Amino acid sequence: MKQTLAQKLVARAAGKSSVTPGEIVTCKVDLAMVHDSSGPRRLKPMLERLNAKVWDPSKVVVITDHYLPAYDEESRNIIRIAREWVKEVGVDNFYDAQGICHIVLPERGHLRPGMFAVGGDSHSPTGGAFGAYMFGVGATEMLGVMVTGEIWLKVPHTIAIELDGALGPGVAAKDVMLHLIGRLGMDGGRYQAVEYRGSAIRKLPMQERMTLCNMTAELGGQTGLIASDAVTKDFLKREIEIWASDAEAPVLESHRLNASELAPQIAAPHSPANTMAVTEFEPIKLDLAYIGACTGAKLVDLRMAASILKGRQAKTRLIVAPASLRDQQVAEKEGTLKVLLDAGAELLANSCGMCAGYGEHLLAENTVAISTTARNFKGRMGAASAQVYLASPYTVAASAVAGHIADPRELLN
Amino acid sequence: MKAWVFGDNVDTDAIAPGRYMKSEIEVIASHCLEGVNADFAKEVKPGDVVIGGRNFGTGSSREQAPAALKHLGVAALVAESFAGLFYRNALNLGLPTVECREAKRIEQGDRVAVDFEQGKITILDKNISFSCDPIPTHLMQMVRDGGLLAHLEKRLK
Repeated sequence: MKQTLAQKLVARAAGKSSVTPGEIVTCKVDLAMVHDSSGPRRLKPMLERLNAKVWDPSKVVVITDHYLPAYDEESRNIIRIAREWVKEVGVDNFYDAQGICHIVLPERGHLRPGMFAVGGDSHSPTGGAFGAYMFGVGATEMLGVMVTGEIWLKVPHTIAIELDGALGPGVAAKDVMLHLIGRLGMDGGRYQAVEYRGSAIRKLPMQERMTLCNMTAELGGQTGLIASDAVTKDFLKREIEIWASDAEAPVLESHRLNASELAPQIAAPHSPANTMAVTEFEPIKLDLAYIGACTGAKLVDLRMAASILKGRQAKTRLIVAPASLRDQQVAEKEGTLKVLLDAGAELLANSCGMCAGYGEHLLAENTVAISTTARNFKGRMGAASAQVYLASPYTVAASAVAGHIADPRELLN
Repeated sequence: MKAWVFGDNVDTDAIAPGRYMKSEIEVIASHCLEGVNADFAKEVKPGDVVIGGRNFGTGSSREQAPAALKHLGVAALVAESFAGLFYRNALNLGLPTVECREAKRIEQGDRVAVDFEQGKITILDKNISFSCDPIPTHLMQMVRDGGLLAHLEKRLK
């Protein structure tokens, strides 16, 4: 029986030779990642109530990112609990203020093709870009994993996204996802496994692949998957196993998209599914351009923005929050960061920043913003009256320069 | 058992707004769905039922979303479909949650009874019944125990 990548990964974790979509299985968890918000502050009291221990602290990774920088008593307390808990429990894999969990996790070598992993955050499908099965769970479900090392799963069907051709200049993985979410809806993924494949995927660098899997959350998939290959190996700088679907393994749905024909996309307020090509938009005036989040401020994203901003000035307020400290350091060394700062960017910490709306930086009443983040739900990033447009780093940078929504292809150097 | 009816794609940021996520559940619950229906958190009564359209609970993994509804006394969630992560979270908290293709037949203020073991919804005053998906058998004991934490507590004793 031909098996999809999702079936193969789940079967391995369930200790079976094969699995069938729809079957309920129990999987052994290879890695559990949590952040400061859904992690220690929620897990610690529940573990104490159960008088239970973490099943295997070596398989747990804790990363602080949501309440950084801590700005009041409550946020300081949430971060303090995380710092103390890792010592109490004996978790060595602790990354404090190093960047956003979904970026830090693979950057520090914790993901490998073939793994079965859970994360205490909805953007955990990001890990699927490495040929691993990774999905998000809530705090109580994570408690179950921490105590038992296992989790139940309804074996997913696979929805195949076949991406042919190659992305044109000024077009990015973010545009692919905004287009797909607009086309299929926020429940288009049907809580199944969404596998991205085709010639355009093989050409994409690792961090662009991560953007595809990351926004599978907004597409409503349980996870996003990409078969491992030489690009995966080069990024991880180690020998890897190749995990891929069998040719002709049955899928639930298949959607084709010619990457070469895709224009930059924008999602208008207040839904990532409210998407059209940038060419369909009036030059809507903007107050703020935000380059941040796991979706849109990795090194590859900062480089996209810099390619537009080089030698230019932002007319809007421009805020950049690099997704990880390491990515920021590389951007600094190679000159990318200087381009952004010279264009007038204000630099925020390597954390979730404005995206989650948890921190001190929030959108003021009636702000019109364009953002590289994943969600523009009403009120998420601040005031309910704020209007947030979602776009790629290219489009956000071009719009910052123009002072209104703009097509980045007109500014490519 | 009064029904509170909401539309499609009600997101977790609306159910549990991010700016209150530092706070205890009482505070988050008092702002639950305030951007969609300003009366809801004030007027919902223990035993009431929340009805959603498609993809209810889309967005974040934040468990405070179903927890806020539970804290307000909501006895069950019914929707045409749920975001998968939210659905798992709700059941893990012991909040009965069922998908029902005919959820849109329920109107604001209807008195409804939900049999989540048999998979049946009744609109009491109109004497209408229709089927819904029951809670899956492998999760039923956990929901009966009051959620995953209580279920584990029982198992570990």
